Amino acid sequence: MSFVEVRDIWQAYDGRSIIERVNLDVAEGEFVSIVGASGCGKSTFLRLLLADERPVRGKITVDGGEVAVEPVRERGVVFQRYSVFPHLTVRENLIAGEGFSTRFGWLGGAARKAAAERADEMLSRIGLNHVAGQYPASLSGGMQQRLAIGQALTARPRVLLLDEPFGALDPGTRVQMHEFLSELRAETKMTVFMVSHDLEEAFKLGDRVLVFDKPRWDPQDPGLYGATVTYDFDARDGGMPFQSILDRYPSLADTPKAEPIPA
Amino acid sequence: MRLINRKPSRPLAVFLAALPFVIVLIAYAAGSEIRLAANPADKLLPALSTIQDTAVRLFTEGDRRSGDILLWKDTWASLSRLLGGLAIAATLSLLIGMVVGLLPLFRSTLSGFVAVLSMVPPLALLPILFIVFGLGETSKVVLIVIGITPFMTRDLAQRVLDIPHEQIVKAQTLGASSLVIALRVALPQVLPRLIANVRLSLGSAWLFLIAAEAVAADVGLGYRIFLVRRYLAMDVILTYVVWITILAFVLDWALKQLTRKAFPWMEAGL
Repeated sequence: MSFVEVRDIWQAYDGRSIIERVNLDVAEGEFVSIVGASGCGKSTFLRLLLADERPVRGKITVDGGEVAVEPVRERGVVFQRYSVFPHLTVRENLIAGEGFSTRFGWLGGAARKAAAERADEMLSRIGLNHVAGQYPASLSGGMQQRLAIGQALTARPRVLLLDEPFGALDPGTRVQMHEFLSELRAETKMTVFMVSHDLEEAFKLGDRVLVFDKPRWDPQDPGLYGATVTYDFDARDGGMPFQSILDRYPSLADTPKAEPIPA
Repeated sequence: MRLINRKPSRPLAVFLAALPFVIVLIAYAAGSEIRLAANPADKLLPALSTIQDTAVRLFTEGDRRSGDILLWKDTWASLSRLLGGLAIAATLSLLIGMVVGLLPLFRSTLSGFVAVLSMVPPLALLPILFIVFGLGETSKVVLIVIGITPFMTRDLAQRVLDIPHEQIVKAQTLGASSLVIALRVALPQVLPRLIANVRLSLGSAWLFLIAAEAVAADVGLGYRIFLVRRYLAMDVILTYVVWITILAFVLDWALKQLTRKAFPWMEAGL
């Protein structure tokens, strides 16, 4: 029984197929990187996972639950840009992660105090406590993305979706963000889907790397066929398979040696 | 050095800013001097000193019949009409704009209607307003409201639509309901725009107010100007025009200050 189940997804806009026949099983805690050429439907697939749009055919379930018809708290998201609220300070952005689910979106009294304390904890974890009172526009790109990830985490999603989260960052900051994300992941054991343009990044962070591409191509009607998952790499252990097979199947180690053939 | 790279120093900038005002004043003074030299009884361009005397009289001396200082009464009447109209228009446009911008069901219903409505020339409706609401305060306030609400509504709806879709999705993944998205995501981000819209529509609001007062009123700045026109009292008209300009300028400046104080996040990136 897999955690995230994707069954025969087909999505088309105005009769043009974007993705077709996508099937996927992802276990809880897996980090799935999604790569592919521009316009191959990676982001569409992420929006389908997010339930921001509904597929024409097929269904996606998380932990055997209902098919979602709109974005829900169970699935957190970080976009390349515009993921934080510009009119809230850094701390308020984190408190919003808890407060937005109330009736009027405000926390009062003790609840707000408790949320502010948890927000401060998160701030020190994402290394932003020195800018708690500032507005996002005055932060650097890397800090804004760290805030966006922290904000998504305060809602305690079961699946975290990242849409080219480090695409707009410079290479140095990007490496820092990789370390930051790996640490966070080690702590939370969350299931993560990350769309990326950067193959190296995809293999470095992911347990699995999915490649989206069009297996069929009609030169007379390029929009006829959509993209699907054409490769599904195991990216653990530096991409070399079976490195940890003895940990998983220890019985393989004590297979008795074949008896020497009696002379 | 290229002309586009020449920037004035601080004193020069102040001088340049004052220059057009000084030129207009000098041109007026010269014109009135020439006309008064030819005909001391000329009413068209009264001397600056005459205007100043008139202004002092208008601001301080009461009316001979009632004892009220008419200018202050006019100011009070006009400002309450103007501010009432602006407040109603701002509230209406904010409500409709948010609903149209956020809810596709209402967008389908209202956006075309508002677009058509904003093409109706408000002054052409003035006779209808006088017939329906009478000649009292209501028709004047309603004219201002009808005149500026459709344009403000369309702009605010567009501003709500301009909020990046990512933010709306993000709010949903944090568990926000439609109401919470309206109150905590959309409203705070369009409020600065609402104030900007009020600033932009101040000019039209004054236009509609003075038009309505000119047609039918018994008190008000626009009424007074059109009343004394019969006596060719240019000194009174000019005093009133300058006074209205000052009022409009102060209102605009106050709204600008409010934006800077109330929405610090707008300037965070600068």
